[in-house]
Amino acid sequence: MNYWPLLGVLVVILGFVLRFNPVLVVVVAGFCSALAAKIAPMHILELLGDGFLKTRTLPVILLLPLAVIGLAERHGLKQQAQRLISTVKGATVGRLLIIYLFCRETTAALGLTSLGGHPQMVRPLLAPMSEALAERDTPNLSNALRDKVKAMAAATDNIGLFFGEDIFVAFGAIILMHTFLRDLNIETDPLHIALWGIPTAVAAFLIHSARLARFDSYLKAEQQRVSQS
Amino acid sequence: MLNISLVYALLGGLLLLVALLTARDRSNPRRFSSAIFWLLYGLVFLIGDFLPSALVGVIVIVLALIAGFGGLGQGFAQIDDAKLGASIQRIGKRIFIPALCIPLGTLIGVLLLAKVEGHGWQLIDGKNVTLVSLAIAVVFALGSACWLTRETPVQGVREAKRLLEAMGWAVLLPQLLATLGFLFNDAGVGQAVAALSKDYLSLDSRFAAVTAYALAMAIFTIIMGNAFAAFPVITAGLGVPLLVIQFGGNPAVVAAIGMFCGYCGTLLTPMAANFNLVPAALLGLKDQHAVIKAQAPTALILLICNIFLLYYLAF
Repeated sequence: MNYWPLLGVLVVILGFVLRFNPVLVVVVAGFCSALAAKIAPMHILELLGDGFLKTRTLPVILLLPLAVIGLAERHGLKQQAQRLISTVKGATVGRLLIIYLFCRETTAALGLTSLGGHPQMVRPLLAPMSEALAERDTPNLSNALRDKVKAMAAATDNIGLFFGEDIFVAFGAIILMHTFLRDLNIETDPLHIALWGIPTAVAAFLIHSARLARFDSYLKAEQQRVSQS
Repeated sequence: MLNISLVYALLGGLLLLVALLTARDRSNPRRFSSAIFWLLYGLVFLIGDFLPSALVGVIVIVLALIAGFGGLGQGFAQIDDAKLGASIQRIGKRIFIPALCIPLGTLIGVLLLAKVEGHGWQLIDGKNVTLVSLAIAVVFALGSACWLTRETPVQGVREAKRLLEAMGWAVLLPQLLATLGFLFNDAGVGQAVAALSKDYLSLDSRFAAVTAYALAMAIFTIIMGNAFAAFPVITAGLGVPLLVIQFGGNPAVVAAIGMFCGYCGTLLTPMAANFNLVPAALLGLKDQHAVIKAQAPTALILLICNIFLLYYLAF
């Protein structure tokens, strides 16, 4: 067994720990592993090119909406989102994000994963709304806390998506697990795999909601601590 | 038939226009290296299928070098407060229409347009229904945005350029990491990890075996940035031989919860750039790891939960 290709893994870990530019770390790691596996340099270039072409679907969802979002932002999308949420009595960041988490997770579980996402939902709508609510509750919010609020909005979108989509039977992951186990001569019912995901999906909702429920008072306490020191 | 090539052409065209505008943008201190970056990136989408793979490989390295050594500059984007105020008055809440057009339009495309088919043809290519629907939705959304704001599509490209510049090198990372996954695969990194875990882990307690499988799924996902890459390696190496064969666990439970342990890892790793680093860049956060930090407590508590769920539900 040739263990040298693990060198690439080491490069990745060291690169991220030492905070080199991630783009460079990834390319160097790929070359390390491939050279350690005695793949010819010319063939490495081909593999790199093939891989990059095959994965072109990834940035599409991120980049295509930018023109529309940018135009709408230039003409008041953020301000309107903040105005809209500030008319809702009793709304707080924590409560808004709990409701969003619930909607994101249930719609993803029904296969409707395109209803959320960072460029089309979090940046133009969810993050500004969270920011406006945090500001209403905690005046003079510091920039560091503002960033924490936005980061929590992004985190909530991720958590809702991940633990929702995996209990949708037609989702790629379920099919991957089913065919993988079949290759090992283990027969499973895709429906069972999806159903056994539900306890974790519920746990994810409860754990993250509990954190969000405490988020409002956390912000207030932090802000007080900052303004006192 | 509307297929993925059309989507690539649309994105490639957008990137070429961004390159053109960047080259002419005197406020960008690195306008030429930036323009070359967007030009090459656009070409990969537009004509990538017709180029030899090795040449694409060279392009990828050039892209990485420009992005990695700070060759991506930012132009100056002035915000016209008077115009913004006028738009807020005039357009009001209708500005939500283009923004909501994208998710709702994609949804309609996935649910309805994908069903439009005749003998031997279909409107949307079945393999990429979501992305093609997204592209259609974006075109309609852009139309409505231009109509509402009385701007030209070129102004839309300018706004896309502004957001792309704000993201900087993070734009390239998701695709580069996925490519690294393929390279690792070809180099046999997965087999090496599986062999290591088989050789050094001999577990005779059921709880220890469950814990080892759950942690291995999470850790290998942290390294690879993708639970789908970790699942076959770790499940073939540990999950099936230990939990299913030796201890007689239910394979459906092992697979389902094992995958979710991987997802806990995804929440913790910069390698899952499109979920963790890109949003931080997109939201303009100072700390590029801020999203990971916000997710970490949830991910760790859930991972512990998963270990117990796996222990009690699988047997």
